[in-house]
Amino acid sequence: MKRKSIAMLLVLTMAASMFAGCGSTGTKDSAGSDSADSAASTETGKSDTASSDGSVYYLNFKPEQDQQWQDLAAAYTDETGVPVTVVTAASGTYESTLKSEMAKKDAPTLFQVNGPVGLASWDDYCLDLSDTDLYSHVKSDDFVLKSGDAVKGIAYVIETYGLIYNKTVLNAYCKMDGAKVSSVDEINSFDKLKAVADDIQSRLADVSAAANDEAGSDIYELEGAFTSSGMDSSSDWRFKTHLANIPVYYEYKDKGITDTDAIEGTYLDQYKQIFDLYITDSTCEPSMIATKTGDDATAEFALGNAVFYQNGTWAYQNIIDAGLLTDDDLGMMPIYIGVDGEENQGLCTGSENYWCINKDASEADIQATEDFLNWVITSDTGRDSVANSMAFVTPFDTFDDGYTAENPFVKQANDYIADGKTSVAWVFSTMPSEEWKNGVGAALTEYAQGTGDWDAVKSAFVDGWASEYAATHE
Amino acid sequence: MQKSIKKYFPIFALPTFIAFTIGFIVPFLMGIYLSFCKFTTVTDAKFVGFSNYTKIFTDATFLHALWYTALFTIVSVVLINVLAFVIAMLLTKGIRGTNIFRTVFFMPNLIGGIVLGYIWQLILNGILAKFGRTLVYSSTYGFWGLVILMCWQQVGYMMIIYIAGIQNIPGELIEAAKIDGATSKQVLRHVTIPMVMPSITVCTFLTLTNGFKLFDQNLALTNGAPSDMSQMLALNIYDTFYGRTGWEGVGQAKAVVFFILVAVIAMIQNYLTRRKEVQQ
Repeated sequence: MKRKSIAMLLVLTMAASMFAGCGSTGTKDSAGSDSADSAASTETGKSDTASSDGSVYYLNFKPEQDQQWQDLAAAYTDETGVPVTVVTAASGTYESTLKSEMAKKDAPTLFQVNGPVGLASWDDYCLDLSDTDLYSHVKSDDFVLKSGDAVKGIAYVIETYGLIYNKTVLNAYCKMDGAKVSSVDEINSFDKLKAVADDIQSRLADVSAAANDEAGSDIYELEGAFTSSGMDSSSDWRFKTHLANIPVYYEYKDKGITDTDAIEGTYLDQYKQIFDLYITDSTCEPSMIATKTGDDATAEFALGNAVFYQNGTWAYQNIIDAGLLTDDDLGMMPIYIGVDGEENQGLCTGSENYWCINKDASEADIQATEDFLNWVITSDTGRDSVANSMAFVTPFDTFDDGYTAENPFVKQANDYIADGKTSVAWVFSTMPSEEWKNGVGAALTEYAQGTGDWDAVKSAFVDGWASEYAATHE
Repeated sequence: MQKSIKKYFPIFALPTFIAFTIGFIVPFLMGIYLSFCKFTTVTDAKFVGFSNYTKIFTDATFLHALWYTALFTIVSVVLINVLAFVIAMLLTKGIRGTNIFRTVFFMPNLIGGIVLGYIWQLILNGILAKFGRTLVYSSTYGFWGLVILMCWQQVGYMMIIYIAGIQNIPGELIEAAKIDGATSKQVLRHVTIPMVMPSITVCTFLTLTNGFKLFDQNLALTNGAPSDMSQMLALNIYDTFYGRTGWEGVGQAKAVVFFILVAVIAMIQNYLTRRKEVQQ
């Protein structure tokens, strides 16, 4: 009898611990909503838009701005009591994270897609945003994604990329004997760019010395004209997506289209010559680029080992954080690939970050998410964080009164527009799939290291486009 | 006692059974169902029949991954088992520092696959950089890199199993063989190997299945580069599922095919080696 009761006791403790285990998450949840409730009830007097028991779960795409979003979320929770969770997917894993998170009961209420192609796979999950305050603040419909008449995604950051260059070094170079150009502004075509880059590459030590004289320092120790064209996944998008955007853009422009089921690759020769230039006048051997990372390239540029660095406005913070270069050293020029009339080409400006609200979230959560976004773009805290900490240029009219990003690249982009240059649109959001980009990237890598030829890149570009378009549009 | 064990058996088995159901049976059945569906998230699927399965074989990367994996498995099974057996033989001879050597050989097994993959990527890239190459220069480098990595990781573990097997051989058997005039080669061939057959069964089973379902090391070391040429089956499934919009169902169908393949091979292997085992 005694043994039996001990056995029963054991069973009970086991069962109890099991239920306690299951229950603990429950308690946490209810505690969360409790505090939300109490805080929200104190809040109701102040603002009637604060939702009663909703919460926000934002799956953030940009690892560069993770900390800023976390801080902003905490500030919002402090102010309104509405819990905001921000999760950032590791670089390159957004789609897979989103896919698994959306299958959960507590799915993200706020997520993002990267353009028309991204929207195609998530269309069924996106709420129509046309009646939201957020949409009413968007300056133009160019910045939204539509499916029929419904507004499914709203861009929250407009970005620009081009060829980042070190002003100090280039200015010093221009004053040197035998310099190919006498001022940076003269570089307005692929031929000039190539002449300058080749010349710098042929006398790296002299240019370094001139740059150090100019800057009155000893930070410059050039190893190449261009930073390494890393084809590691942290960096390959600069070439397989951003650089590939330019030949696609010109082909669309010639044909007067905005999307296509079959690309011809009319500007692939230009794509080849710019990529050749990148890997030849570089800090590293072409055979080594497969393992070079995005951090490698940033470091090379930020530490004064290279003059040119193809990247965008988002790279600003990382360059400055290295501590050697200042705003005055930084400039950005269009990526010239050798197309007729490219002296009027501007920087590449567009967005691949569109906010979408999860249609399947509960009413309260949807309301909470809309309120949160509205707060982000209208409150002082939100606008300050977005414009100054994250350094985003946004398409919202609420930022016009004094909330513009202090980013020299952004200013430069505005200067190019003011000069009447034509910005290159981001057409890479119409590239048929990630698989297409990967195919081009892999072919580029093999071409660079000499294990493949340019025909493979052509085939990945042209044939890959057709087959991927067919595969994703069946 | 016997009776009460029988009586309470279901209660004691229940927690494990629940965990097993949640963690294995449910996902497994769901996975089979999903392989016949088109879906974006797993909770929201539309039945499409066999079309996912027909797509598998139009995908050239899958067939490439299949033979690449098969080749890798053969090489790694042979190398790991031979090396592990040799080291086990050496470390049962009673040389000084035996315990330290056993510990050292076993240690790599305590490190996770992703970490190992990145560490070996650094080491191998460091060496190859001397020749102006990288690990992803061609799939051959990736292949042998992976073989080295897996040997380094698994030899110690298999060695422990072999040591246990070798120590289990009754001393009098070997003594009797020696008295009968057997050379050490003959002892190995006719006494030791037949007696450690159960260990061989276990080790070949483990290395075979490990080779086939290898994922994290592959992901960390080369991630399939260049051009998916060093991509193994598990990584191919993962990339299909997560990397290609609209191909989630195909990835799932590949996973089902993969499961059947590994199960069949493991069963054949088990049957073949088990047949060779002898009773003591």
